[in-house]
Amino acid sequence: MKVTVKYFGLVAEAAEKSEEVMEFDGTLTASELKAKCLNGLSITDKESIQIAVNQNLDDKTTLKDGDEVALLPPFAGG
Amino acid sequence: MHKKKPKKVFVQGAIPPEKIAHSVANHQSKTSIGAHSIFLGQVRADEVDGKTVTAIDYTAYEEMAEKVFHDIREAAFSKFDITCAHIYHSLGKVKVGELCLFVFTSSAHRKITIEATNFFVEEIKAKVPVFGKEIFEDETHQWKVNK
Repeated sequence: MKVTVKYFGLVAEAAEKSEEVMEFDGTLTASELKAKCLNGLSITDKESIQIAVNQNLDDKTTLKDGDEVALLPPFAGG
Repeated sequence: MHKKKPKKVFVQGAIPPEKIAHSVANHQSKTSIGAHSIFLGQVRADEVDGKTVTAIDYTAYEEMAEKVFHDIREAAFSKFDITCAHIYHSLGKVKVGELCLFVFTSSAHRKITIEATNFFVEEIKAKVPVFGKEIFEDETHQWKVNK
């Protein structure tokens, strides 16, 4: 299964990339993928990172082939 | 029936003050309007550990942000009896003193527009995936978090 992972703000900075395609076997939930992606990155407050799956905030869903997952640090608009 | 089609919210760089005057002028032909309410967000020169912010570099998850802006508009139009609403948000670098957010609502009466503008601003700050890198004068930075 392949999903596209997008990184933003401080997550993109820590990961030194803004996007990657991840391939894995079996099933993963959005939050399991988040843990996998953030593992080893120097981010102090990993709890504050939200997950969007296909542009909707969601950390419970089981990922499907072709999903777009985004790791979103705290919002700072306005 | 007053609902507008989704419009592009993001503008590159600071929002020029002339845009506000121009937007007001564009509404003078809509004579059912009795009140406008405007919110302008301006980049503040915060001081952190003796260093001063000189600019904020905004990035966004644009596809999701445009959707969320649209949802906020829909919610605002069903909640408030407004004639129209316009939102503009900066992307890229905005220097201190410059404008990064422009919310403009219009209605027959003042209370509705004031409440609607406030609704837009609070929703935008809470729900839109926009990220801000606060740049200090020595080129170091920290990531802004909305309070």
